[in-house]
Amino acid sequence: MEVRIRIQRYNPEVDEKPHWEEYTVEVEPTDRVIDALHQIKWFQDGTLAVRRSCLHGICGSDALVINGRNRLACKTLVRDLGKVITVAPLRGFRVIKDLVVDMEPFFRKFRSVMPYLVNDERPPAHERLQSPEERARFDDTTKCILCAACTTACPSFWADSRYVGPAAIVQAHRFIFDSRDQAWRERLQILNENTGVWRCRNVFNCVEACPRDINVNKAIAEVRQALITGSRGLPLEDDEVH
Amino acid sequence: MYPSETAREAEVGGVGARPRPQGGFELWSWYFMRVSGVVLLFLAVFHLLWMHWVIGLSNITFDTIVERWTGPLGPFWRVYDLALLVFALTHGMNGARWVINDYVHRRGWNLTLKTALGVLYALLMLMGAYVIFTFQAPSALVTP
Repeated sequence: MEVRIRIQRYNPEVDEKPHWEEYTVEVEPTDRVIDALHQIKWFQDGTLAVRRSCLHGICGSDALVINGRNRLACKTLVRDLGKVITVAPLRGFRVIKDLVVDMEPFFRKFRSVMPYLVNDERPPAHERLQSPEERARFDDTTKCILCAACTTACPSFWADSRYVGPAAIVQAHRFIFDSRDQAWRERLQILNENTGVWRCRNVFNCVEACPRDINVNKAIAEVRQALITGSRGLPLEDDEVH
Repeated sequence: MYPSETAREAEVGGVGARPRPQGGFELWSWYFMRVSGVVLLFLAVFHLLWMHWVIGLSNITFDTIVERWTGPLGPFWRVYDLALLVFALTHGMNGARWVINDYVHRRGWNLTLKTALGVLYALLMLMGAYVIFTFQAPSALVTP
């Protein structure tokens, strides 16, 4: 099938502002948007800049605004979009070129929530055991691939880029509710600042945008609940670890 | 976890400086909005139904309010109206503060607007509370 792809192009070294360019490509209905973008870049216009890596929806490199919604170009099929497809870079980041944005502020926020296990006790001989229930507590938020689809769909983030954003809260949630973690109080305090969870206005754009179907809003609500109750609701309340 | 607080500030910083940690204030501000939202639902709906159906739109006059505040149920109505004032005004003003924090990033303007908001809040609250606490029936009405 033949589809028209409208791409927002911008080369800051040449262009004053972004503009739209249209390409016509021949694709299979089961092809993905990234396949169509490849066709353009490889056979029609080599100057198009687009970022992708694994092409299987797990590296988080090719989140784009496709037909007005944040999605992964490697997980979105052409047949689900119609004959005209618009592709634009993620909103709220500086565009480096065309569809490639500067993700560094995003990763700075990610790093700010201490997205790693903190446990100062001597490691056991084999592994730090955890029951299936304890593991299930944060299962949803382990699915995040840091594609930034949620954060760049969030009006609170658009309004104030100092807001830590849904993706960083999801990452914090993944460790706050991990029974093996000892730094959850510290993480909660980071999210208790006025750039933290209180900036969320429950717009739910993040939930709609997440290509991994993470219930982002629920994760944010659980962090807020932990802040209000001062407890994360796990059997072991203290910083003790199994 | 971080060598110094400034190291972490550098990490968090997006555009512009990172605001000072607020302690628990934002938490309580957020929690208050939830609680007052539920309280206001009852306060406002009851107020609306009472005024529209029990009193009737065409009967809402100054005399009606005089009667309400000075009648046998006067203390109840004064407390009720005070609760409506406190919750609605605080809820609304806190919402406006959030809007300012979301959209006004320049520190000077942000502080100016929030100060103005605070002054307006205090003024409206004092005026309203003053009337509720000190209101007396005009003599013309007491002796018809």
